[in-house]
Amino acid sequence: MGFFRQVLVVAAKDLRAEFRTKEAINASLAFALVILVLFSFAFDPLEETTRAISGGLLWIVFAFAGALLLNRSFTRELANDCLDALVAAPVSAAGLFLGKALANYVLIFGVELVALPVFGVFYNVHWTQFFWQLMLVLLLGNWGVTIIGTVFSALTVNLRLREVMLPMLIYPMLLPALAAAMQLTGYLVTGTPITKENISWLQMLAGFDVMFTAVSLVLIEHVLVG
Amino acid sequence: MSAVAVDGVWKFYGDYPALRDIRLEAPPGSCLALIGRNGAGKTTLLRTIAGFMRPGRGEIRILGKSPRETETRRNLGFIGHGIAVYDELSAFENLRLYGRLYNLPDPKRSALEWLERTGLDRVRDGLVREFSRGMRQRLAVARAFLHEPSVLLLDEPFTALDDRAIAVLQRLLREALAARKTIILSTHQLREALELASHVALLARGQVAFHGPCTPEMVSDPGYVYAQYGEG
Repeated sequence: MGFFRQVLVVAAKDLRAEFRTKEAINASLAFALVILVLFSFAFDPLEETTRAISGGLLWIVFAFAGALLLNRSFTRELANDCLDALVAAPVSAAGLFLGKALANYVLIFGVELVALPVFGVFYNVHWTQFFWQLMLVLLLGNWGVTIIGTVFSALTVNLRLREVMLPMLIYPMLLPALAAAMQLTGYLVTGTPITKENISWLQMLAGFDVMFTAVSLVLIEHVLVG
Repeated sequence: MSAVAVDGVWKFYGDYPALRDIRLEAPPGSCLALIGRNGAGKTTLLRTIAGFMRPGRGEIRILGKSPRETETRRNLGFIGHGIAVYDELSAFENLRLYGRLYNLPDPKRSALEWLERTGLDRVRDGLVREFSRGMRQRLAVARAFLHEPSVLLLDEPFTALDDRAIAVLQRLLREALAARKTIILSTHQLREALELASHVALLARGQVAFHGPCTPEMVSDPGYVYAQYGEG
């Protein structure tokens, strides 16, 4: 079976299982919306400062809501020892990992797409002004969160305190990606497009994604086979 | 060439050696029963042979290749303590998924065939979480046999099986042996295992205390090996 078909089979399996129970997606979506609404009461949406920090707030919400989804990624395989069957199958560890990452990516992106209009309303920001640039930032930032989250989900799957350990491990790792995504989102929702002046943040985000995707693909076999 | 060759394998959990210099061979078409008391290292050895963990020292060859090679995994079937199927998917979806992962030519047909062989064809679209324990176990057996592996590794396969699942498994194992497939099974249910076994290995504290052909004395008195070679 071709590598990309392996990836799609694993991703389809994860998405099918998640959409049947909706355990993680409901929790993640509810969390994102509640936190966005709560934060909106903490800051005056008419103030300029609120809009300036709204990009940061948005990515904090995405990162926290994403962790809820990422926690389930490999935990789902623990029930009935399904991880053993996946590791035993003639699927490359990289294919298995990318399949799970792709499913996580779709789920987190779905949560982000639902949360964005809510963010626009409650924070009084024109998030559609540079829509495609914002989508690019979301896609790149989301991949960074997903790739780090998925690899650490695999690393922590056998820990008893994995729900606590996963966020503690991924947020420090995600700092460069989150910082770049926060900066870029802040620019875009306050009416500043991505130009030569601030493109270095985008380059940093893309570089982070490429580097950690490559490292994860190289290491995942050692993570899955102890 | 042995179907499975374990050569000087050590496995450590921290400083504790769970396996100590294990040397075993299983010729093609043989059934090796791994017996031993709890904590003797049977599960660790099977999981190491299956490639779920790397040995600290030594080498394992399955059909002449490393357990982690794709070609080896294509020829390996494993039944562990869990049923290794997804509760959120139907019986058919589970088997089709594994059929795709094993790159079977027609995963749908294989899934339907094995659902029928294990008596689950009438509940093919039912979610596994709604299945009885016996049905789940039969699905686990179907999952392990789906890709018709040449080497089967079974960890306590008869434990917690109902009568129907035991009958299904024993029939499939006999068919596998008739087709010259190799089976390594760990068990506490000596009678069921020794009826199938051509060879026996007794593990004690991570070491091989006995390894040899299964004799009529062993089959008639399952405690014979323990009495002769065990720790008493």
